[in-house]
Amino acid sequence: MSYSQRTFALFALVGVLILATGFLQSWNSALLIINMGLVSALMALGVNLQWGLAGLFNVGVMGFVALGGLAVVLVSEQPIPEAWKAGGPGILIGLLIGFGTITGAVMLWKRLTGRARGLSVFAVLLVGLYVFRTVFDPAVSAVEAVDPAATGYLGGLGLPVLLAWPAGGLLAAAAAWAIGKTALGLRSDYLAIATLGISEIVLAVMKNEDWLARGVKNVNGLERPLPYEIDLQADPGFVEAAAGFGLDPMTASTLYVKFGYMILCAIVLIAVLVLAQLALKSPWGRMMRAIRDNEVSARAMGKNVTARHLQVFVLGSAICGIAGAMMTTLDGQLTPSTYQPLRYTFLIWVIVIVGGSGNNLGSVLGGMLIWFLWVQVEPLGQLLMAGITAGMADGSALKTHLLDSVQHMRFLTMGLVLLLVLRFSPRGLLPER
Amino acid sequence: MDLLNALVALTNFVIVPAMAYGSQLALGALGVTLIYGILRFSNFAHGDTMAMGTMFAVLITWALQGAGVSLGPLPTALLSIPFAIAITAALMLLTDRVVYRFYRAQRVKPVILVIVSIGVMFVYNGVIRFIIGPEDQRFADGARFLISARDFKNATGLEEGLAIKSTQALTVVTAILVVAALFWFLNRTRTGKSMRAYSDNEDLALLSGINPERVVMVTWLIVAALATIAGVLYGLDKSFKPFTYFQLLLPIFAAAIVGGLGSPIGAIAGGFVVAFSEIGITYAWKKVLGYMMPESLAPDGLVQLLSTEYKFAVSFAILVIVLLFRPTGLFRGKSV
Repeated sequence: MSYSQRTFALFALVGVLILATGFLQSWNSALLIINMGLVSALMALGVNLQWGLAGLFNVGVMGFVALGGLAVVLVSEQPIPEAWKAGGPGILIGLLIGFGTITGAVMLWKRLTGRARGLSVFAVLLVGLYVFRTVFDPAVSAVEAVDPAATGYLGGLGLPVLLAWPAGGLLAAAAAWAIGKTALGLRSDYLAIATLGISEIVLAVMKNEDWLARGVKNVNGLERPLPYEIDLQADPGFVEAAAGFGLDPMTASTLYVKFGYMILCAIVLIAVLVLAQLALKSPWGRMMRAIRDNEVSARAMGKNVTARHLQVFVLGSAICGIAGAMMTTLDGQLTPSTYQPLRYTFLIWVIVIVGGSGNNLGSVLGGMLIWFLWVQVEPLGQLLMAGITAGMADGSALKTHLLDSVQHMRFLTMGLVLLLVLRFSPRGLLPER
Repeated sequence: MDLLNALVALTNFVIVPAMAYGSQLALGALGVTLIYGILRFSNFAHGDTMAMGTMFAVLITWALQGAGVSLGPLPTALLSIPFAIAITAALMLLTDRVVYRFYRAQRVKPVILVIVSIGVMFVYNGVIRFIIGPEDQRFADGARFLISARDFKNATGLEEGLAIKSTQALTVVTAILVVAALFWFLNRTRTGKSMRAYSDNEDLALLSGINPERVVMVTWLIVAALATIAGVLYGLDKSFKPFTYFQLLLPIFAAAIVGGLGSPIGAIAGGFVVAFSEIGITYAWKKVLGYMMPESLAPDGLVQLLSTEYKFAVSFAILVIVLLFRPTGLFRGKSV
């Protein structure tokens, strides 16, 4: 089978699986698979750019995705004037002091030599930390004291939520730049550990800095680019149109919203996919692959390997940030405690590897396929367990335990899929060309 | 000014917890470093291996408790460790046979093995959730304190109490015994020497007739033992929750890298460096400083550099500092 036939056949297969979900189960879950598949495919494109094209091993995807989510709150929520009055300037000045301290320390480190260097950098950091805490801490307490049950944070800019998507990309890109400056140039598995650490730190900040986005108290009811289901159901024109399709208003409104999100996500994904394909085929893409395959010879050809790595790291992370913002918009809430590395970092890696590292279409295919599995493993597992436990006495401890543990079969399945693909088709379903 | 009370407060809140935590990290980091030295990849599944070993120990402990077996003041879990190690070791060998051996034969790049270990991590995590679930499990029993704060105060008449949990004492003692045994094995026995030779120079070791499969097998057995012991000690000291074990991956790797990947002595030093910095930086020094300084100078705030939630930032910062300024670690590990 030629490459394009193979691509077509595999995409058709995924299409059939999703259509079957729609016809046999519900269109609601079919659209859920598609939407989450599209968003995950976008994240996978970002990781594929870093890993497939440049060979950078980034396992901090969760951090960039969470930053994208944070951007949604910061851009689209209404500002809280009382909180700004209480501690806004203090927080801003504090952040500036913190930033200035770090810049100053880095500058001193570059300028000075010998023992004076270590001592002066240490002194600057210590004094900076002290001043930062004296300005920052009271401002934070003041902000968090403003109606803590409902707000207790600074709020956002009150801009349209769609602006948050590129903003999420920018926020993630800025973080990636800072990380790349320090951690790139490390060996692959050191970089992996470093990025894993960064993502945990990003999450720790989001969970504990209540003034920023309410921490674990979550921000609910985020702005939406699409109308609310309730409003649609109250709209007589919509109810009439739904009746024309033979749907009750309730189902029709959820489908309408999900379908709208699907169009929005698909537009972003296709745009990024086209750009990624163009980049792959451009001289820049060839250079990146040359660097990936042999760093030494690429450097000998006069390519600035470190700068190119930083560039692709920032680009890929920005894509993850955009996807993270889209996902938070889809959810309608920011809940930092639900971010887990297995689900947000390593699942994306499974998608990239299963789809085929280095192949952008593979990432899209992988995103859809893995999300189909992720959603369907639970009902399938339930069937399987019902079969296994059919012979057991009702109410026996083992039977209850087995039926209860169906929900944990997802990780097992994902691990098995990853190991099987790595073993029998190590270049993925759609190998790099 | 009350240096004695300051010293006791420091010991109680920093030194004792950090010694116990450091021992647990050191045992974990030893496992990571051995795998890196012999099999030459960073094992992302190590956290879940520890959780797996601990899970077996918890299940066996429950069975023993149910049968009425008890060690008196010591936790029953100690009895279960040998059995848990045996099961974990069998599982490690099975994983190696089914998964890793194929890639070893192909001599793939280390980063591919890291991705494979991510797959193994998923599977282990799924199995653990499947068998024992993601919730917190407590399995510690026996005496809670070796020295309780009140006894210490009564005995010494000091204002500050010093409490040493029996699990903390047990952790340190066990870690010393295990490390001593490991170093005896690596330096004195034929198999241990062949492992070190294989780690130093694979080709030379093969030429001298060392059987690589045997070296790998012994490595997995030792790693299973280390991971199980580290996991059980951590679980006794805190509690057993699979997700926390995954998160231990970061400080453990930080410890192994700080010491120099592939260097056992470095792993131990690294474990204590990470533990002491983590606890020292997240501890509120108000009390200790208050005893040490004249009353007029006593600090108003908590004097806490970072809140406890940011302990990951500490391991991470140490990691980055070491990687930037001494990439091979404190003890000159290998850097492939």
